[in-house]
Amino acid sequence: MLINHAKLIHFFQLTGGVTGRKKLQKMIYILQKSAVPFEEKYQFHFYGPYSEELTLRVEELCNLGFIEETREDKANYFQYHYDVTKAGEDFLKQFTLDMPDITDKTELLQLRSSRFLELVSTILFFEHLDKREQIEKLHQMKPKQNFTEAEINEAYQFIKQIRST
Amino acid sequence: MAYKDEQLSEEKVFKDPVHRYVHVRDRVIWDLIATPEFQRLRRIKQLGTTNLTFHGAEHSRFNHSLGVYEIVRRILNNFKGREHWNNEERLLCLSAALLHDLGHGPFSHSFEKVFKLDHEYFTQAIIVGDTKVNEVLQKVGPDFPNRVADVIGKTYEDQLVVSLISSQIDADRMDYLQRDAYYTGVSYGHFDMERILRVMRPIEDQVVIKSTGMHAVEDYIMSRYQMYWQVYFHPVTRSAEVILSKIFGRAKALYQDPDYEFKLEPTHFISFFEENVTLADYVKLDETIVQYYFHLWQEEDDAILSDLCERFMNRRLLKYVEFNPNLQMNDYMELMRLFKQAGIDPEYYLVVDSSSDLPYDFYRPGEEEERLPIHLQMPNGNLKELSRHSDIVESISGKKRTDHKLYFPVDLLKALTDKRVRNAILEILYGQGESSNVD
Repeated sequence: MLINHAKLIHFFQLTGGVTGRKKLQKMIYILQKSAVPFEEKYQFHFYGPYSEELTLRVEELCNLGFIEETREDKANYFQYHYDVTKAGEDFLKQFTLDMPDITDKTELLQLRSSRFLELVSTILFFEHLDKREQIEKLHQMKPKQNFTEAEINEAYQFIKQIRST
Repeated sequence: MAYKDEQLSEEKVFKDPVHRYVHVRDRVIWDLIATPEFQRLRRIKQLGTTNLTFHGAEHSRFNHSLGVYEIVRRILNNFKGREHWNNEERLLCLSAALLHDLGHGPFSHSFEKVFKLDHEYFTQAIIVGDTKVNEVLQKVGPDFPNRVADVIGKTYEDQLVVSLISSQIDADRMDYLQRDAYYTGVSYGHFDMERILRVMRPIEDQVVIKSTGMHAVEDYIMSRYQMYWQVYFHPVTRSAEVILSKIFGRAKALYQDPDYEFKLEPTHFISFFEENVTLADYVKLDETIVQYYFHLWQEEDDAILSDLCERFMNRRLLKYVEFNPNLQMNDYMELMRLFKQAGIDPEYYLVVDSSSDLPYDFYRPGEEEERLPIHLQMPNGNLKELSRHSDIVESISGKKRTDHKLYFPVDLLKALTDKRVRNAILEILYGQGESSNVD
């Protein structure tokens, strides 16, 4: 019952809060692709892998008072920040989650920008292709982002690192 | 003449209650409709279990797929000759529109959840795999199946093409809202589609709406909002979905139990239970097959499986109360204990269902580049996100849209002979015990 909600609260607790909805989407996707059992279903959207299920689940957690959402006006857009509340922590105590330790993985993700995580998650979305095709697809899908060769190499390194952490 | 350009000698039309007529002139489209994989969609209902709430909702994914094709066909007629639109992409768009739901399984939402499958994956697999659909698409060009699969997977290079089939105001949604409204018989879900089609404009990488068409789009967003709450989130339909998930879950658990033997080998389900489903297995399964098993499973020795199937077949659904996990977790734990004491397995009969367990999505303004919103094209050519310009959409976008319900079999509870346990359960659920008259 509400196991997937509890997993998310656990994630927010470990991260000490996440800033940015896009960053949140990509973090959970990358964790999923690193064998962490988050079950939210993702599809490719204009800005890369996106899960409507995750968006709605986070909205539920906010409405239940388990997660607090704060909004900052950044002129062109709003930026959102998510933190676990005391009620969320109490709720979590009632679960024994069958999850690997993801402390180090979340730390790695937290240090990265949402642009970088968008790059990583897009590569992961196309990982069934060979590397040359992955990069080709990345440039096709994200022509405006102008990802450099150095960034792309760094992304591949990052994928290795997070999967082995 | 190349196969891709072949036209039927006479236009074919399908009578359609939503769009009046669905027009087909392209040979490719006609051939795709005739494939077994597309015909299979006649045996997959568009709204799964909703017919147990709204009895008219018997329409299939076949109807809907033709409808989406027809809407895209009409949009492209309007786009012809406009800047940014490349008419070479026409057949690709029409094929993707027609085939976008090809991979839906029987009662797909619950089915996918239990067996950890993804209909989008199977849609692409049918298109690029060893199928009749693939044979037709290959005749257009060796790369054509991959291009169609990419459009449906939203990974096609030209995002304008993708946005016709899949965006927050796309042909898919415009068809299902109207079609679901028509077949359920509800009065919401109607909007002026002709007007929307007239004000759609292709730009470099998306379809936008000419600002003068804003009110028609407001109506569309309102319809979507109302349909979610009145039809898609209907608590009775959710009850049927809960039972369905539990049937699949129970059947799988029994299959994995070496001491249990089914009266009839569940041949069609074995690869699903064993999590090694092939494309051929997947395509074989439709709702007629699934219902056949449900029918037989009513006679199974396992009391839980037979009871759940009997409930589903005869619409003896679970009752529900609103549930707030923040305030009522202790109640839930106590109910678990009492259910076990009463000999009712809470794993199958005490179920929390959340709005995020449902497959439908709301309009989202797409802050922080989460997801592409609906853009209005202002007279000076600038783009504005819809909710920043429309008070109506803005007010809906900020609304609380989530809920949780607790489902249980009130008939079993009322039949409990242990009055103390029965009253304790009913007291928690309804705030009334012995004298309760709950239905």
